[in-house]
Amino acid sequence: MCLGIPALVIGLEGEEALVDVAGARRKVSTALVEGIEEGDYVIVHAGFIIQKIDADRAAETIRMIRELGRRP
Amino acid sequence: MRYIDEFRDSAQVKGILDEIESLGLREGINLMEICGTHTHSISRYGIRGVIPRGIGLLSGPGCPVCVTTEEEIDAIIGFARENRDVVIATFGDMLKVPASVGSLEGVRAEGSDVRVVYSPLDALEVAIGEPEKEVIFCAVGFETTAPTVGATVLKAMELGVDNFSVISLHRLTPPAMRSLMEEGEVRIDGFICPGHVTAITGSEAYRFLAGEYNTPCVVAGFEPLDALLAIYMLLKQIKDGRAEIEVEYSRVVTPKGNTRAKRIMERLFRVVDTRWRGFGLIAASGLKLKEEFSLYDAERRFYIRRMEAVDKDQGCRCADVIRGIITPEECSLFSTLCRPESPLGPCMVSTEGTCSAYYRYERR
Repeated sequence: MCLGIPALVIGLEGEEALVDVAGARRKVSTALVEGIEEGDYVIVHAGFIIQKIDADRAAETIRMIRELGRRP
Repeated sequence: MRYIDEFRDSAQVKGILDEIESLGLREGINLMEICGTHTHSISRYGIRGVIPRGIGLLSGPGCPVCVTTEEEIDAIIGFARENRDVVIATFGDMLKVPASVGSLEGVRAEGSDVRVVYSPLDALEVAIGEPEKEVIFCAVGFETTAPTVGATVLKAMELGVDNFSVISLHRLTPPAMRSLMEEGEVRIDGFICPGHVTAITGSEAYRFLAGEYNTPCVVAGFEPLDALLAIYMLLKQIKDGRAEIEVEYSRVVTPKGNTRAKRIMERLFRVVDTRWRGFGLIAASGLKLKEEFSLYDAERRFYIRRMEAVDKDQGCRCADVIRGIITPEECSLFSTLCRPESPLGPCMVSTEGTCSAYYRYERR
């Protein structure tokens, strides 16, 4: 039920977004998240976008992981 | 793919594992995850096998289908059996769950109209497309699913669809975590908190665990590096003697969560005491539609009879698996009599179930 995979918003029409999830295209609702734009990466659950993915925060986490690997 | 590849980069695994090793915590620590998707990713990526042996990764009540009670499923099956003109729409995971009077898949084979949908909106579409039929959506899920069901009911109202209703079996995650701490049947030194439930609730929902129970919490994502980093963060808290709420999955989770989704939940649902499989009654842990939405509440619209479950006593220990008291391998039915093609309990049926994860990825 709970997909951990990010989806890319490739189209918008009214309260619907067309998303690409690992190559599969699907129409989902934008009713639960404001300000969705084309090009956003989002989390989809049960046919609804439930959150946008924050690129800066993702980069921070990756940086943290890499630093852990490098510490003497 | 973006946000996947970088969180599966195997070159980074050793670094985190070395850090975990260098904390020197090797004995008697239990971390619990409360999310079926975490259960599966921990099994799938073999996380249990690479961390120090003394650090136990327990699975808690993270599978919505698994914590739904047999009585609830029996009632739906009974209703479907007696009302073949009514469409019962539900997530695929619900179909094979063996209840005491059969399964939804079984009544479908007998002629009841049970349909699998991917979203509550699909169930609403069925209602719109077949206005002569009553369509009931069986809403099973935690805080991630409840707003999607709420938004669907609002859409049904807006469109004036009057042949669509919902049976709300929603449950809330934090009350179950509180119950685990109160019961104290299993020692939990830290929680790997669910990523998408917390995307809705916000990480502040776990404040009581850090405060009242002095238990560290880290909200984690679903990729292997997410899981390892979250485990490291929890162990570091334990080592430092801290009990805080930290968010590893900060690309999706904020302290406050999705306020729009929370507003919809608050508008549509009231919080009720609810029974959970394995737990019994947990105070303020379930959601039912508010009175003003009774037109969309299948339990008010129809007579859905609650029955006493028939005690089959086949030895299924899902109730103990759900509470993290035993691992699937400690159940004598696991992989012998209870298998994915012939499941005896919900934990083997659901794609989020702990037994299903162990069967698929960790069978020895």
